[in-house]
Amino acid sequence: MSRADVFVWIDHRGGTADPIAWEALGVGRRLAADLGGRVRAVVIGMDIANLAQQAICRGADDVLAANDPSLKDFRLEPYAALLTRLINGEAPAVFVTGASSAGLELSAYVAARLDLGLAADCTSIRVENGSLIAERPVLIGNLLSTVTFGDTTPRMISLRRRAFPSADEDPARKGEIIPVSVTLSEDDIATKVESFEPSGGGASLTGAKTVVSGGRGVGGPEGFEPIRALADALGAAVGASRAAVDAGWIPYSHQVGQTGKTVQPDLYIACGISGAIQHLAGMKTARVIVAINQNRDAPIFQHARFGIVGNLFEIVPTIEQEVRKRLTP
Amino acid sequence: MKTVVLVKQVPDTAQLSPTVDGLKLSAPGGLRIVNPWDEHAIEAAIQLKEVHGGSTTALCVGSLEASEALKTALAMGVDEAVRLSDPALDNPDSLTTARILAAAVRKIGAVDLILAGRSSIDANHAATAVQTAALLDLPHVSYIAALNVTPNTRSFTATRLLEQGRETVTCRLPAAISVVKELNEPRYPTFIGIRKAAGAVIPEWSLADLDVDPTSVGDSSTRLIESNLNIPSASKAELEIIEGSPEEAARLLVDRLVDEGVV
Repeated sequence: MSRADVFVWIDHRGGTADPIAWEALGVGRRLAADLGGRVRAVVIGMDIANLAQQAICRGADDVLAANDPSLKDFRLEPYAALLTRLINGEAPAVFVTGASSAGLELSAYVAARLDLGLAADCTSIRVENGSLIAERPVLIGNLLSTVTFGDTTPRMISLRRRAFPSADEDPARKGEIIPVSVTLSEDDIATKVESFEPSGGGASLTGAKTVVSGGRGVGGPEGFEPIRALADALGAAVGASRAAVDAGWIPYSHQVGQTGKTVQPDLYIACGISGAIQHLAGMKTARVIVAINQNRDAPIFQHARFGIVGNLFEIVPTIEQEVRKRLTP
Repeated sequence: MKTVVLVKQVPDTAQLSPTVDGLKLSAPGGLRIVNPWDEHAIEAAIQLKEVHGGSTTALCVGSLEASEALKTALAMGVDEAVRLSDPALDNPDSLTTARILAAAVRKIGAVDLILAGRSSIDANHAATAVQTAALLDLPHVSYIAALNVTPNTRSFTATRLLEQGRETVTCRLPAAISVVKELNEPRYPTFIGIRKAAGAVIPEWSLADLDVDPTSVGDSSTRLIESNLNIPSASKAELEIIEGSPEEAARLLVDRLVDEGVV
């Protein structure tokens, strides 16, 4: 058993990988290469044979696959119990997961059970002289913390969504899929999943490549109509500032910022958003930021690559038409 | 119902400005507030007490200045507040903090539900509440946007706000939960509440009071070491203001976005 192996947990829903899982696997491959170990995917769920095979195609050397009805939905207790047992048995050097809702709590719970160092929501990770060095944003992105690990293994790492490239796929790759048994029986599990209601319409905000957001400047719930229309034209997710959410114009699940979601899209279009520090916390690492605002002095312009000063109700629909014109073959 | 709510004191990010950067704000003497997510946990704990009776205790790991965060919780309406502090603790990490919190929950005894915010706006590990549950061998249910506790069946139903949708779960008590903003609107402290809290003497429990071996919490550096804390370098592109009529501006903007490869 190599002490330099890297475990990567594959986050998924119903056997469909969360894209963050392939970002984690990409990092896992790189770290395993640098450390001279194998990258081993951990796939937990029900009917996960396809997903396990995908993990091989994405570069896992092998897969530890736990397949059981009690593992159908992510639940912290059975997943953490199983992972704790696998880590104890296989002694990897590093454990990597995406910092998804499930990845964050799974890595934290296991780290507590095994008294391990945990670096959550990392945006950079590298091996230097055999040691891991990670960077992670703190104080809502206003500071960058560089961390190294003590002696405990495995080093536990979760990765910020869209901060790392996805592992490439090669259907020709081969690797063993090793079945592993469950740890907890259903009676031992306190939590039961009753139902799941997928978000209606529009792209998922946290994983979106493009986000169109509205703020106080949209003026009311109907003010989000042009925002939604532009998002629809771009295949983008709809975001909002806290001001718009607190005013009741759009549900909280759309809030970007300090007490909402953190997004890292390629393109972020901020419409009628002044750019309070709490909002910037959730989006300022977007690759290209476009600000559309009536007030040329709004702080959002200091963070934008492109700005249009003017009335969003005139500008946003015109951009939408322009986009539809270009994207129509 | 006996509940405990975990509270953290954090730098007040509203104070960030061109002249006050993150390092200055985090330094001793910077303005502090209750972690915004935790306010929703405090509100939930108070509502549970109002509906089901019982009591709620706020816990905070921190030095003397953290008493202010606990006074806010008292002013809002929690029954008790205890500050957990010891000279042996120096900037504890999430797992060390969780160990102390878990010991305090054991000392309080017979706690039905532990509530916390989903993460702190400063350290951003989203770990302490989960790890407290792990150390107490309790289930933990996160990202709660709706909560219905039924004390007579010793269980609760919760809606979790996840990336791809909303999940409804049931869980038995005792348990630990972490909550998101959608759960409630935190109340403002009343005038009487503020006066009562201002005069309150907040008890402090040391490691000895908690029966925690200082060697088990004293050295977070065996796990994770912060070697550097910096203001991130701004690799910011220069702003281009796009002028012209809406049609011209839209055409120019989309041209630029196509050039950048983002449309």
